[in-house]
Amino acid sequence: MHVSGYVKDRTLYINLSGEMDECSSRDARTHCDKLIDENVAAKKIIINLSEVAFMDSTGIGFLIGRYKKANRINVPLYIQKPNFAADKILNLSGIYSLIPKAE
Amino acid sequence: MSKNYLKLQFYSYPRNQAFARDAVAAFCLELNPSLSDISDVKTAVSEAVTNCTVHAYKDNCGMVTVECEIEDNKLHIKVSDQGAGIADIKKAVQPFYTSLPSDERSGMGFTIMQTFMDEFNVESVKGEGTVVYMSKSFKAEVENA
Repeated sequence: MHVSGYVKDRTLYINLSGEMDECSSRDARTHCDKLIDENVAAKKIIINLSEVAFMDSTGIGFLIGRYKKANRINVPLYIQKPNFAADKILNLSGIYSLIPKAE
Repeated sequence: MSKNYLKLQFYSYPRNQAFARDAVAAFCLELNPSLSDISDVKTAVSEAVTNCTVHAYKDNCGMVTVECEIEDNKLHIKVSDQGAGIADIKKAVQPFYTSLPSDERSGMGFTIMQTFMDEFNVESVKGEGTVVYMSKSFKAEVENA
């Protein structure tokens, strides 16, 4: 799983690509948290899932973990462009009530 | 359609999770699954195998066995381990229940297996291991005229 980020208009965009499972989430977690720590002045964070080809329930735990982290520094978190399969899991978990979908 | 059978055995290393779900997905291609069905099967297998890594063989490494059988248009999957076992299955299958809350676990693994597959059952003996049974029917192929 590859993690990249950039800031535009005080929004931190985090792009995830590849397969999100228990194995790949370990490094992704570290990379993501580093991006959040380096951009505490961001007014919002958008995690883009469009390049995530596979995701199991690890993705739910991963996103809730990042939500808690962003919440501690009062920055709202959004999910963008999950594919059909990821969207099915995220819907099932009810995560969108915590982390809304961004356009 | 005739029967087909696959048996995979591998160590519970996290890096084998992707291998296991991809192998099962490839095996069920002969059922002409839709992309959505393939994705459901891959996710369910990933959940079952991840449980072996994270729970059954938590602090060590053990053998995971994945068996698949195709019978007509139905896929049966059995995932077994000889690990820790589950003390309270009723509790374990509840949505959002996790025995490892500090690890960012969602507690949704069994719920996803139940939701994404047609049939689901789990048997476990504490200290001896766990077996997860799942099956899914695929729509019969529509022949092109």
